[in-house]
Amino acid sequence: MTTDKNDRILLAHGGGGQLSDELIRRHILPKLENKTLTALGDSAKLDVDSGSLCFTTDSYVVKPLFFNGGDIGKLAVCGTINDLAVAGSRPLALSLSLIIEDGFEFELLDKILESIGQTARSNNVDIVTGDTKTVEAGAADGIFINTAGIGIRLAAAELGVEKISAGDKIIINGTIGDHGMTIISQREGIKFQSRLKSDCAALAGLTCELLEKTSGIKFMRDPTRGGLAATLNEIARSGKKSIEINETDIPIDKTVQAAADMLGFDVFAIANEGKFVAVVSPESAEDCLKICRNHPLGKKASIIGQIIQTKDFPLVELITRIGGRRIVQMPYGRELPRIC
Amino acid sequence: MLDKIKKSQDILASTCEALGRQINIMEVCGTHTVSIFRSGIRSTLPEGLRLLSGPGCPVCVTDQSYIDIVLQLADRDDCIIATYGDMIRVPGKNGSLETKQTKANTKVVLSSEDALQLAKDNPGKNVVFVAVGFETTAPATAVVVKEAAVESIDNFTILSGHKLVVPAMKALLSGKNHNIDAFLCPGHVSAIIGSGAFVPIVEDFKRPCVVAGFEPLQIIEALAEICRQLSAGIAELKSLYGAVVTGQGNIVAQNIIDECFEPADGYWRGLGKIEKSTLKLKESFSRFDAFKRFNIAEIPGEETSGCRCGEVLCGLIEPPDCSLFGKNCTPLKPIGPCMVSSEGACAAWFKYGGQERN
Repeated sequence: MTTDKNDRILLAHGGGGQLSDELIRRHILPKLENKTLTALGDSAKLDVDSGSLCFTTDSYVVKPLFFNGGDIGKLAVCGTINDLAVAGSRPLALSLSLIIEDGFEFELLDKILESIGQTARSNNVDIVTGDTKTVEAGAADGIFINTAGIGIRLAAAELGVEKISAGDKIIINGTIGDHGMTIISQREGIKFQSRLKSDCAALAGLTCELLEKTSGIKFMRDPTRGGLAATLNEIARSGKKSIEINETDIPIDKTVQAAADMLGFDVFAIANEGKFVAVVSPESAEDCLKICRNHPLGKKASIIGQIIQTKDFPLVELITRIGGRRIVQMPYGRELPRIC
Repeated sequence: MLDKIKKSQDILASTCEALGRQINIMEVCGTHTVSIFRSGIRSTLPEGLRLLSGPGCPVCVTDQSYIDIVLQLADRDDCIIATYGDMIRVPGKNGSLETKQTKANTKVVLSSEDALQLAKDNPGKNVVFVAVGFETTAPATAVVVKEAAVESIDNFTILSGHKLVVPAMKALLSGKNHNIDAFLCPGHVSAIIGSGAFVPIVEDFKRPCVVAGFEPLQIIEALAEICRQLSAGIAELKSLYGAVVTGQGNIVAQNIIDECFEPADGYWRGLGKIEKSTLKLKESFSRFDAFKRFNIAEIPGEETSGCRCGEVLCGLIEPPDCSLFGKNCTPLKPIGPCMVSSEGACAAWFKYGGQERN
């Protein structure tokens, strides 16, 4: 049986019978092929040396499924790799669960699977186990994906928010807001979308290099939902330290800024999918910056601020372009486009 | 840029010192409010200079009765409410568009054209466009009303809550707040109505009016220009937004407003009824008037108990003076509209101010 572009997912593809088997063998395995997955066991067996593991999971429900710079498949692989990466580990293996709507086109599914396979391969991570379920039309916005990941913690990585102290520098590996503004603009059909591109990328290569070559990294986090504002506020709150950042040092693409201004969004609160924020000791900040800037995912890296003494309450403060100061607030959920 | 900022800041400081009293400057534009907070301008001002956020946020100045009318329409099975995003969280007497179980017939639109398209796509429903905003958004509403007339899109109506800026400024000075020394005039609105529209404020009320764009430097320079006038004891009209704002404004936009709308007396939150301060559809377009289509009378609404948005909008108090601010009323659970809109004074204080709520 061959698949033509009119073929669509049926509820029966999730029924565990012949159609399920065909979905797995014809569409999934060829795209993700590796020895562990191909064995189709109930669990994947992974061999690891001694040490400790990092384990994470995340679900992906992005709309639109395909956007400039990526798609839901690439996002599902990169997002979970990044959660492992910022915890100081080298990703070892991922699981992949697909929840697909009745009627979803095989052509789109194949594109997503191709993207998943390619992203995993280029980051040396195998998809070793998985699951597929089908749901009624309209129940899943096309397709939902869950990935879980296991990583081996690097010996050099002793990260923890409690290690942060006043004077530590804050580094980000590039421009902020690119992913979120790309999605929002594409969703709203705004014309400048062609110049916006998601930063969706897997960061483990860069984070591992940083951890292996320098010694001063104290904490890392990827500023996804809630953007830089949420991540810095989380660091300030859990580390019980205030943070001061300089507006002029924060890399922002001009088109992203223009799109955010036009739609009334705060770039600081917009999601990123290929960025990490690192808190590093002042002595190692320049070395970290150099490593970042020599890496394709860190060319626009910048030291954006520092940890400062807390007065009454841990706050994130911004020194503005004109030399004023203001608070960077924890974003409070969905932002609404403004009227004029 | 920093040199210019320093120069303007010196003028602000020396004016405050020379006058030896509190100077109150009102910005009459929500975008100015946000830009002022976001750029940290407030933290650089001398102590004697106070910036008041005026009635410049379209959502905030909308009277409670209007919100309740929208919510009533949203309850009807035959209506689809098309609204700009800011409006959906404004609380009415019984919930908001967001919290009510009417979400299915409430659509957030980014433009008036999207609202008209909704009407075209849903011929079996009455699409009511929640038309709020100042002279900046009124032309866009007028365009679609004309389009609906030409194409006979009879299931489309607008609930006009459009408002005019200058009558509100006059009303403030005539009654509610005599302590306003000068106005930082809105950039976007001025681009439409022209800086000349502020002449009565300068001539009749002797208050300096300076039009500025939204870059922090231009705002600070406008404040310095206001201070220069205050120390010289004069009141003049100046525009620093020369590239965008002319004396006459955008005649094409004004004409299209005039073609569809006429000034009418109307209610404002905090300011009450102001003569010829709102825009009502002309008789020739009355079939697109939701007030007429659904036989709705606009009567002043009661403000939520304890909410002091009205006083905030008149510059009589600052948001932290309201006992609800940051406690019962936050952006997550807003009680008053000034906490809902991204351009509202309370939301800006809460978001960028910080210290007051700790």
